[in-house]
Amino acid sequence: MGTTEFGYYPGCALHGSSNDYEQSVRACLDRLDVRLTELEDWICCGATAAHSINQKLATALPARNLAIAEKAGCGSLLAPCPMCSMELLKAKQAITSDPAVRDEMSEIVELPVIGSTDVVNLIQVFQAIGLDAIKSKVTDSLDRFRPACYYGCLLTRPPKTLRFDDCEHPSSMETFLAELGAEPVDWNFKTECCGAGMTLCDPDTVTDLAHKIIANARKHGANVIVTACPMCQMNLDMRQADVEKKFEETFDMPILYLSDLVGLALGISEEELGINRHYVKLQI
Amino acid sequence: MSETQSQLVADVEKLAHTQVNDCYQCGKCTAGCPRGDVMDIGPTRLIRLVQTGEVLEAARAESVWQCVSCLTCSTRCPKSVNISGVIDALRQISVEKRISAKRFNKTVLFQKEFLRNIRRNGRTNELELVVAWKLLGLASDLNPLAALRDAQLGPKMFFRHKLHFMPGSPVKDKAVVRRIFDRCMAERKSETEE
Repeated sequence: MGTTEFGYYPGCALHGSSNDYEQSVRACLDRLDVRLTELEDWICCGATAAHSINQKLATALPARNLAIAEKAGCGSLLAPCPMCSMELLKAKQAITSDPAVRDEMSEIVELPVIGSTDVVNLIQVFQAIGLDAIKSKVTDSLDRFRPACYYGCLLTRPPKTLRFDDCEHPSSMETFLAELGAEPVDWNFKTECCGAGMTLCDPDTVTDLAHKIIANARKHGANVIVTACPMCQMNLDMRQADVEKKFEETFDMPILYLSDLVGLALGISEEELGINRHYVKLQI
Repeated sequence: MSETQSQLVADVEKLAHTQVNDCYQCGKCTAGCPRGDVMDIGPTRLIRLVQTGEVLEAARAESVWQCVSCLTCSTRCPKSVNISGVIDALRQISVEKRISAKRFNKTVLFQKEFLRNIRRNGRTNELELVVAWKLLGLASDLNPLAALRDAQLGPKMFFRHKLHFMPGSPVKDKAVVRRIFDRCMAERKSETEE
């Protein structure tokens, strides 16, 4: 297998409180000979704050990053955070569907932008590498894991913008992990919201939603929840102690990134993947 | 509907890129909303308020800030009304007109401080954001207990190397970020200046 290349937009979370996700993604993709080239001088996508306060800014901030990617000749850009990738794709859609928006955005962000870069999530990168190529490098079976694959909101929504998997019943993570020996469980909360960016300003909402998700995963026999989103991971992992206290239940449910499980199958250690920096210990 | 009301409805539709009159009030958005059970005015009724010209009443609702932006409503709408986009538009209008629900004052403060943080740094500096937001919250309600909520997370994050006093790689061209902000905000400010 040759080296595959992707542009890389880490986003703020992966350089901040979810830097274990970046560590995991890099370790895993490095083992799979994927080279990531970080966008030069990227800026925040604006996240929830921009689309809550100024709609134009919510297009302009991701548009600036798309323009930087185009200038660098980047054909395919990995944004491992689904909020970033959704905001980038939403801006791309606005720019490609209306020449007036395209011209206005080029002016606002001080760089020409036409929306030619593809933006992909982590699952799509694994799909691009291919199951066979990954399986040829697998050293350890994942047969001790019964993952509840948790997609959350923004890996599949809005479906017309993202065009990825089925927005009500996604199955791309299950397909992948089953091939690597894991036994994914069927459960009800795959695409329910965890409270996302409300973790600080509305923690009660987050603990209520996280409780429903973790309890449902356990009820269906999962021994781990797998996500490809830094906010989902943080809300279910860091907030799990608050959930247990509030609802007087013990879960001890490890919350892994998709790249953690793939990485373990590739024989990468928990320390190299950053799993030891999660809040709930992995004891499976 | 008065002329002012029609203008507000048109503003919401423009900001949300949607037609509110397409909604026939089936209630599917509220049924699937993860916060529908605790909202004062659920998504279906918010859309109805906008349809009838009561944009300001809708913008004052607590639910506008209880929304977690999960996009389930817009995804499932049989008439493709961009409900979450309408909620975003109502948020924007509530901030511009300073009429957002008092009970969610801190959520509003958080979003505003988040934007100020990006405008300054280009990327979020999480520690700076949290400290600034906590201080603003304390100044607004004088409640030290609320300010100390989640303080235990600080050391937990620090020892996992997830909290940094100095942000990793700073943005070099911060000036362009400020210019982008000013261009986007300028147009709306002139429309809403009292």
